[in-house]
Amino acid sequence: MVRALVGALIIGLIAPALGIYLVQRRLSLIGDGIGHVALTGVGVGLLLHRSPVLTAVVVSVVGAIGVELVRERGRTSGDLALALLFYGGIAGGVVLVGLSDDSSNANLMQFLFGSLTTTSRQDLGVIAVLGVAVLVAMLGLRQALFAVCHDEEYARVSGLPVRTLNLLMAVTTAVTVTIAMRTVGLLLVSALMVVPVAAAQQVTRGFRSTMAAAMMIGVGAAAAGVCLAGEVDTAPGATIVILAIAIFLAITVGAATWQVLRRRVAPAHPQTEPPDVVLQTELR
Amino acid sequence: MSVVTVSHAAVSYGGRAVLQDIDLDVRAGQVVAILGTNGSGKSTLIRTILGLVPATAGEITLFGVPQRRFRQWSRIGYVPQRMGAGSGVPATVGEVVASGRLARRGIFRPSGAGDREAVRVALDDVGLLDRIGDPVSTLSGGQQQRTLIARALAGRPDLLVLDEPTAGVDAASQDAFAEVLSRFAAAGGTILLVAHELGPVAPLIDKAVVVHHGRIAYEGAVPEPAGHHAEPGHDHVHPHAEAERARICVAPTDRMPAG
Repeated sequence: MVRALVGALIIGLIAPALGIYLVQRRLSLIGDGIGHVALTGVGVGLLLHRSPVLTAVVVSVVGAIGVELVRERGRTSGDLALALLFYGGIAGGVVLVGLSDDSSNANLMQFLFGSLTTTSRQDLGVIAVLGVAVLVAMLGLRQALFAVCHDEEYARVSGLPVRTLNLLMAVTTAVTVTIAMRTVGLLLVSALMVVPVAAAQQVTRGFRSTMAAAMMIGVGAAAAGVCLAGEVDTAPGATIVILAIAIFLAITVGAATWQVLRRRVAPAHPQTEPPDVVLQTELR
Repeated sequence: MSVVTVSHAAVSYGGRAVLQDIDLDVRAGQVVAILGTNGSGKSTLIRTILGLVPATAGEITLFGVPQRRFRQWSRIGYVPQRMGAGSGVPATVGEVVASGRLARRGIFRPSGAGDREAVRVALDDVGLLDRIGDPVSTLSGGQQQRTLIARALAGRPDLLVLDEPTAGVDAASQDAFAEVLSRFAAAGGTILLVAHELGPVAPLIDKAVVVHHGRIAYEGAVPEPAGHHAEPGHDHVHPHAEAERARICVAPTDRMPAG
């Protein structure tokens, strides 16, 4: 139970730190897309009698780089590229697993949904190392990643290594999703990359504050979710996601109510640009 | 000393020639305006100079170094035409301007007091220091353009490249730009700007280059308005902050001095 909590907390902390860049580039569904491509990797591993986790990581990295290069070319829209990933990924996984000796679809399902409650110490160790690496990269390069995600052309003229940074984000996403999904499940990883960011941006004003708030919401939802799941005996991954969405709804409704109240109390913003037309002071 | 030289450059998009046989020379301290109608290729020209679009022929040098080998991007401040459409993730004015310091600092060093000071100075220069903590989405179009200029200035560049800085911008902001640009030029900076109409920036221009159908059609002093553009009652579809002054537009009906 404690291991489940620690695993969920780590994911709750690092997923939004990565996800904020994905949301900014309108790639919110890429976590899911990569998770499905990983299934093809699992199929490859089973077919070749190699470690399915390793082949899954390799295949999903290749898939993520592919999506990035397609996006960069600009000919296929991001959402279409993601759709190709999804469907190709699942279909590839099912076909390959069917061809392998160990043709039980149970393997695929376990990979997809993970098993937070049976996390081993080794799994936790891997997640912890992954967490540190992702945090160092995403926080350490925050300014550069923000510049690239906010205005890619300006970043290019600033001499930033734009393509390298884009590929770094793609690879980090692929590795994070694939390694974490075995433990906490694909649903949890991809949801925690996006939902805390969505919740935070309802009330924050800047990028740094959004990132900090999203990470706090991620950790909070993870902690509360594991405890609640323990009490009510529900699947911990799904409970955490529902709590995160509940937080999003609460913040959205709260912020809207606050706006309505404020409008009744405060006067209109005094700063206005001078009018561009001559206002007639006398009406004929 | 030459800041930008373009010789016999050509650019094509998807098999269609957009620019042909372009020669351009911008010297240090000059204020050069690239004029032309929509579709003439003027934006493509500066994007090619900056390396955003590959040139299919010809040579481009920046500060005497061939563009391919140029690395001192901190010497160039780029002001694109518009801030991109928001994705929902907010960013404050201060954060956007701070990304202008990356060219100078590199991606691995954390930002320091010097960077914060440079951001404040740049915002003060464009008159937006009081909005430093506000989300950029709450700013007007003209204020967002001023934010982009501040971002370019924060890196203390030697060359400012602006793509249609006054397009769709209110008159007060246009006057504010003109002041910022004249201060930059007075301090020795070089300016290369693309414009459809010059407005309050016209008095600053040392040299005007007119691009027409992908070729340089004219180079010299800012062209006089011709034909119906010279009439006093001429209507422009942009706002005027003060009483009508002669404005210069470059439209297909203008007759440029023979050159």
